[in-house]
Amino acid sequence: MSGGRKPVCCLTILLKYFKKRVRCRPSKRCNMKRRKNFNLTFFLIFALPTLIIFTLVIVVPFIYGLFMSFTNTNGMSGNSWVGFSNYAAVFHDSTFWNSFIVTIEYVVACVVLTNILAFIIAYLVTSGIKGQNFLRAAFFTPNLIGGIVLGLIWNFIFRQVLVNVGTAYSIPIFQETWLADPVKALWTLIIVTVWQMSGYMMIIYIAGFTGISQDVLEAAEIDGCTNFQKVTKIEMPLMVPSFIICLFLTLSRCFMVYDTNISLTKGEPFGSTVLISLNIYREAFNNNNYAKGQAEAFLLFIIIAALSVTQVYIGKKMEVEQ
Amino acid sequence: MKGEKVQSKTGKIVSTVIMWLLLIIFIMPFFIVIVDSFKSNAEIMENPLNLTGHPTMNNFVEAFVRMNYPSAFCNTFVITLLSVFLITIFSAMTAYFIVRSKSRVGTVIFYALVASMMLPFQAIMIPLVSIYGHIGLLSNRATLIFMYVGFGCGMAVFIFHGFIKTGIPVSLEEAAKIDGANMIQIFFKIILPLLKPVIATVVVLDVLWIWNDYLLPSLVLSQPWQLTMPLSTYSFAGQMSINFGPLIASLLLTMLPVLIIYIFLQRFIIEGIVAGSVKN
Repeated sequence: MSGGRKPVCCLTILLKYFKKRVRCRPSKRCNMKRRKNFNLTFFLIFALPTLIIFTLVIVVPFIYGLFMSFTNTNGMSGNSWVGFSNYAAVFHDSTFWNSFIVTIEYVVACVVLTNILAFIIAYLVTSGIKGQNFLRAAFFTPNLIGGIVLGLIWNFIFRQVLVNVGTAYSIPIFQETWLADPVKALWTLIIVTVWQMSGYMMIIYIAGFTGISQDVLEAAEIDGCTNFQKVTKIEMPLMVPSFIICLFLTLSRCFMVYDTNISLTKGEPFGSTVLISLNIYREAFNNNNYAKGQAEAFLLFIIIAALSVTQVYIGKKMEVEQ
Repeated sequence: MKGEKVQSKTGKIVSTVIMWLLLIIFIMPFFIVIVDSFKSNAEIMENPLNLTGHPTMNNFVEAFVRMNYPSAFCNTFVITLLSVFLITIFSAMTAYFIVRSKSRVGTVIFYALVASMMLPFQAIMIPLVSIYGHIGLLSNRATLIFMYVGFGCGMAVFIFHGFIKTGIPVSLEEAAKIDGANMIQIFFKIILPLLKPVIATVVVLDVLWIWNDYLLPSLVLSQPWQLTMPLSTYSFAGQMSINFGPLIASLLLTMLPVLIIYIFLQRFIIEGIVAGSVKN
């Protein structure tokens, strides 16, 4: 998914840029110097191809999408302006709200569990046990494989393997497939997502752990720090940047999950696990309601943009000066 | 002092045990897939966890033929290869332009690309399908590659930009210029080779993304001969429902190429991921 790979700092950089611009403006020399350097051939050869593709693939659809959400288009016909009525329809749509609430539950559970698990694994892996590189590589493996295949594997496990184990050893919780129960089906999605993403986040936390200078830890030891204090009072504050990266990555990835959703639960049972992405897809392509689907998609965009802004803001406030 | 040392020793044993237990749970699904792919459906139904006494290759044969594996593999391979190649070249050039031209145009392009990284794919997928459907460019593998370049260049330019800005001295280019090299020669002969470490990062991130992507190809491709591996696996799984043997074999076949490459390049891949998500 294109969404999963976003570096956290894009917003920080945008902010820096605006500050710089404000600083630059009063001095005319600054602008003059910039203009002088502009070389048209350089631009045409090096930047234009990317610019054209980027415009055709992202900018134009984005603007057209904004326009679409204010019309009554169904993809083929109908392009009359209907104002905010699509957005109003979305707000009154119980299917959308259900899927929105399910998505929130899913995202909260995944983000919390993934980060806790990833942090613990990273801590254990870096604690100096044998086979560090092997463990790191093994825990990362699920990330190499797409959501479709992972979802199908786990679908088989929940549908067949666990039921089989449950009946063989009479473990009541596994005797019936989790996929048939609305609450447990959501948990299957959470389990698979946590299983997959904690390996990725572990890698980022490991980089955080290894980035902490050994001197600080030794100093703490001399001062009589216990292991637990060392983790909570020294390593965790120093790893705030890693936490921010991981939180942002897990949040935005979870909000956009689609592959695992269709291959693991297909939104079943009774539409109880239709996450927001799948809901948008169905609204647009199954119900042929492009305009309303697009309105929902823009709400998703606003959520993600708002999340990134808050997160960067909080992150900047919390960052410990190293 | 002495007491603490003993404690850390037991601590080490405990953490080693926890670690390996966790690992077993983590790896279990793959183990089940490998074990069951050699079993007949009846054996899987009976007990999905044990090893079979009579391994069979029938599942693989059926999956290989019915999911049209060679064609799916080639499609995925070519699409990934071309997309990643174009993303890398175009993005490196654009990033170089942005850093060296120091013009306002460059800055505007850079921030537009960075901002696009915040955009969820779902926010543009409907207009994308609508527009390209109207022009009649859907159901075409070239269109898919074109779109991947569009979606991938934001992050790639961002990564290249950071590296060129801090890691490549201007003096090198000035020296080349004095020696009579033009800007294209400077870029391809001097800059591009210096970018190797970042190219690795971009390639790893983009290959993993494009190879496994489902949603975008499912919207663009429609003919059976165009399908990529995630698509053909998914449609094959739909036909199999409870015929688990071939289904699991198809999953293993789909995972195999990536896993084989991972065994040889794991260090490199993980370093690429770290560089891609942390150094920014």
